[in-house]
This record gives sequence, structure tokens and C-alpha cells, in this order.
Amino acid sequence: MTDALLQISALEKRYPTKWGGPVLALCGIDLTLRRGDFLALRGPSGCGKTTLLHCVGALLRPDGGKVLIDGIDPYALGSSARSAFRAAKVGFVFQNFHLVPYLSVLDNVMLCALAGGPRSHLETQARDLLEKFRLSHRLRHRPSELSVGEQQRVALVRAVAGGAKLILADEPTGNLDAENGGILLDQLAAFAADGGAVLMVTHDPAASDRAGHRRNMQDGRLTAATNDSDAN
Amino acid sequence: MTLRKLVTLELAYRKLNFLLAVAAIAAAAATFLLTGALLKSNDLGTEAMVTAKVEETGREMDRLEDEMRKSMKGLGFNIYVFPEGQDLGEVHDQGYASKTMPEEYVDRLANSKVVTINHLLPALTRKLLWPESKRTIILIGIRGEVPLAHRNPMEPLIDPVKRGSIVLGSELHQSLGFKEGDKLSLMGREFTVSKCHPERGSKDDITAWINLAEVQEMLDQRGLINQIQALECNCTTVDRLAEIRKDLLAILPGVEIIEVGSQALARAEARMQAGVTAARQLASIKAHRTQLRAKLESLAELVLPLVALMGVAAVGVLTLLNVRERTPEIGLFLAIGVQSRTLLAAFLLKAVATGLAGVLLGVPAAALVLTALRGTLFHNHGISQLVTPSQVAAIVILLPVFAAMAAWLPSFWASRREPAEILRHD
Repeated sequence: MTDALLQISALEKRYPTKWGGPVLALCGIDLTLRRGDFLALRGPSGCGKTTLLHCVGALLRPDGGKVLIDGIDPYALGSSARSAFRAAKVGFVFQNFHLVPYLSVLDNVMLCALAGGPRSHLETQARDLLEKFRLSHRLRHRPSELSVGEQQRVALVRAVAGGAKLILADEPTGNLDAENGGILLDQLAAFAADGGAVLMVTHDPAASDRAGHRRNMQDGRLTAATNDSDAN
Repeated sequence: MTLRKLVTLELAYRKLNFLLAVAAIAAAAATFLLTGALLKSNDLGTEAMVTAKVEETGREMDRLEDEMRKSMKGLGFNIYVFPEGQDLGEVHDQGYASKTMPEEYVDRLANSKVVTINHLLPALTRKLLWPESKRTIILIGIRGEVPLAHRNPMEPLIDPVKRGSIVLGSELHQSLGFKEGDKLSLMGREFTVSKCHPERGSKDDITAWINLAEVQEMLDQRGLINQIQALECNCTTVDRLAEIRKDLLAILPGVEIIEVGSQALARAEARMQAGVTAARQLASIKAHRTQLRAKLESLAELVLPLVALMGVAAVGVLTLLNVRERTPEIGLFLAIGVQSRTLLAAFLLKAVATGLAGVLLGVPAAALVLTALRGTLFHNHGISQLVTPSQVAAIVILLPVFAAMAAWLPSFWASRREPAEILRHD
């Protein structure tokens, strides 16, 4: 029994192009995240960070290599089972938050019910989480009535409300000021400290510095870790 | 969070898209009902016009028949039966026969099976001097119409004059100052004036009618008459006189039979012509209305599919726009694990809700138009006459189904999109 939550080995992804050969977005990525890990991936635009997140998040089938989340290969599952697996195991946080504009804060958090997540006690659980993230006074508010920091916190609550233990964050602080970015990074770190794992891609050196582990990415490859302590 | 709640909140949020789709469906629903109502109204209008024309024709034909019966009595599409050996020249000269025949002849005719005669009026007529008034009058003794034994009873053409009563022509009562209820004396007998005829411009104006039996007593000609007026109704027969002579002479051998005048025949033919004209008018009305219905049907065949197509296209296009507008939302839903079928169900549920809302708006709209144009387009027919519950039920069921069908393609496309593709470009 291993406590590795995410294991990636020899991961490859190519994008076909109309002119010329395919673009190699990921070249033999190997990576392991254990419970408690908070890893920041840095790299220039187009280096394959988002592609890696999508492959890890069971959204984009890789062309080679393997992804195991909690010991299960999501790409060995059928489409429907993979969606259910994603709902249960992975939470996403996006740079643009992706909150549904016509739903209240509480309803946005409870969207996981549509994905077949547990319905009993979901509202109670959602309220508790929102209180923990200091959003209990915003339950009935729509996203447009929140500050950007609050919006990103709601997105984070939505990511964990379904019970996911692995959070994949794509430039989560990209639209936040330093103060709100700091709050969000604290909460991601707290999530990891509670037994989850966070894989964050970012341009922001300050955000990267808040993570427990850091790696760089260049041309689809993981390069020498910056202050690499634990990540593979 | 439920699918229904998600759809409801999204409908409320994107009101314009929803209202446009509802308006398209409502227009289709209202057009369907109004077109049906227009056709129904035309049918009811045709039915009413035909019924009215048939009734009017019936009334006109009855009036003409009544007029003809009366004219036949006075003008002569009548058969006169005179006693055997009567000089018909004398009849034409003095207006009545000098010879007599047994009154029993009329009973014999009445009890026969003869079918060419409808009414029998026996009479004893004489021109004589009214001694008490020193006036020449025509005295006619009548007993009214003798019913034909083999026919159903009909309203008599002429009522009998009661014993002791007298009916006076206009010249007589006006010049002598008699009015109804007055007493007068004729050849030593007392009579009460029972009726005073208005001026007819004929010998009727100097005629007095009394009971046949009394005339027979006064003239000492008991049981005798000098004419039988026989009114023949089968006026379309070309050689009617030969036919009637054949019938009557078989029963009353030797009697003289003449037909008087042709005006009644003209009227009978006019009546027939009126019938033919009415039938032609009726056929023309029916043809015109059938033509009108065919035009309306052609219009409906063009308009209904067009409106349905426009409604369906509108829902399809609006769904496509909605799907495009919600692309990031769709990417999110798929990324967090919402199943494609759930997403498809959300879009189709929205389309069905739109269809139902459209019907709920379209039916009252059609009712309003029907009420507003009731007096002009819909010939004052009520809604319940023009729209059936089955039509309403049909659109309540069919339009949401059509809306869902229209929304199917963009919804299916949305539900099958790759979330990574959406998120990568967002």
C-alpha cells in the first residue's frame, strides 16, 4: 500500500498540426505526488503545463505513458465511468474561476450533485466548507456580486466539496491581487496539509515559492527542480 | 442542485434567449389554432349560408305554390266540368252553364282514385235579378271543397258558406251599403252578411255566394249543380287536358271538360323556374365556398409548415447560440464529472419547457385574436365552435416535442464536446 495519490510515468502527448508534423506537448513526464504534497510547476507559455494538468485530470487521453490516481488508471475506464471517477477524485481550480453566473455561491458549490456526487448532507457540508473559507455571508450571492478573491475561494470550495483529494490548479492566482493570492495559496496549502495533494501550474514566482515543492517545465519536459526537496 | 433547478435558473438568467424561443413557439401555436379556426369558420359559414338558402328557397317555393293554388282558382288553370250536352259557347258567353247535372257527380269524383285532380268545388251558378235591390247579380251556391277520399286532408281552398249567410262582392256591398253582420233579404229569404270581399276587378264584384243547398231550394233545382271546378295540380304534364279528360270521362261519361286560361301554367312554370334558379344559386354558393375553402387550405398548407419550420428553426438557432454562449460552462460541467447525458437532458429539458411556455402563451394569444376578429374574420362564431380540445391537446403535446427535436442537434453537439478542448481555449 503506497500513499502516492498521483503517479505519472513516461507521459507523452502530441498535438497534430495541419502543416508539418505533430507538436510534442509532453515528453516522457514522470511525477509522483503523495498525500500532503503541494507541488508548483513553473514554465513559459506553451511548455505543456496545462496539457499535463488535463492529462492528469482525466480530461485528455495521453498518447503514451500512464496516469494513476489513487492507484487507478482513469483512461482504462469508459467515458461515463471516467466522468464519475473525475467527479469523485479530482478537483479543478481555474484561472478564470469558471463559476456559473446564474447560480448562487451555495448552488455553485453544490454543482457536484449534478455529477452524481453524494446528495445527502451535501448542503450541510457545502455550508461548513463555505464557512471555513470565510464565505458564509455570501451564500445567496451570485458570482458577479463577489470580489475576485471571493470568487476564486468559491471555486476552490467547489473543487473540494465533492470529496476530491487531488486538486489541479491552473494559474489560480493569475487574476488575483497579492493579498487574495496569498489567502488562496494558504488554503491550498491547508488542503494539502489535511491529507490531499495539490498540483499547481503557475507563471507567478511568488505563488511558486508558497508551494512545498517546485519543478520547472520546458518544451514538454520536467527540468531540474527549483528547490526540489521531494518531488520526483 | 437538481437538473430542474439548473434549467429554471438558467432560463431566468438568459431571459432574451428564452423569450425569443417562447415567442417563436407561441407564434406557431397561435397560427396552428387560427388557421384551423379559419377553416372551421368557413365550413360553418358555408353550412349556415346553405341552410339559409335552402330555407329561403323552401319559403319562396311555398309562397309560390300558395300563390299558384289561389291563382289557379281564379285565373283558370282549372278544369271546369259542365253537364253533358252543355253548349260551351254559351258558357263562354254568359259565364256559366244553363244545363245542370246531379250534385252526386262531385261525390263520385271525390270517391274515385283519380290522381290528376287535387280540389273539387261544386257550384250552382245563375245570373238573376235581385228583386229586393233591383240589381242584376251572379248568384253562386257553393258547399266548399269536397274532400278527396283517397288523399290526406288538406286545408280547403274555399270554406263553405253556412246556411243563412251570404258573402258579397265589392260592388254589391259598397253600392248597397252592407257590411259584415248586416241582415238582408234575397228572393224572400233572410241572410246575414258573413263576409264582404274587397274589389277584385272581375265578375266576382257583382257576385253573391250562399249555401249550395239554399240556392238549389231558391231556384227549385234540388240536388243539381251546373259546374264542378276541378283544380289540377300536376301542372308539369305537357298534355294535361287529355290526361284529365281520360280520367274524368271514365267516371262521368259525357260531361264537358275545359281548361281555362294559361296564366296559372305560366306561374307554375315560373315556380319551377324559381326552384331551378334557387338550386343553381345553391350550387353556386356551394361551389364558391368550396373554392374559398380550397384557397384557405392551400394557404394553410403553405403557412403552417412555414411557421412550424420557422418556429423549429428559431428554437434550433437559439439553442445553438445558447450552447455557444455557455461553452465555458459546458467545459466546466464536463470537467467536474457531469455526464454527457445529464448535460443533454438539461438542454432538452430547457427546450421542452420553452415549448410548453410557448403553448401557454400561444393558446391565449389565439383566443384573443379570435375574440378580437370574431365579427370580421370568424363570422361571429365562438371559440368553442372553432377550436376543439383535441387541437389544443395536440399542440400541447407536439410543440414541446418539436422544440426538443429542434434543440437536439446543438444540444447533442454540446454534450459531446471535449472539455479539455474547451478549457484549453478559454
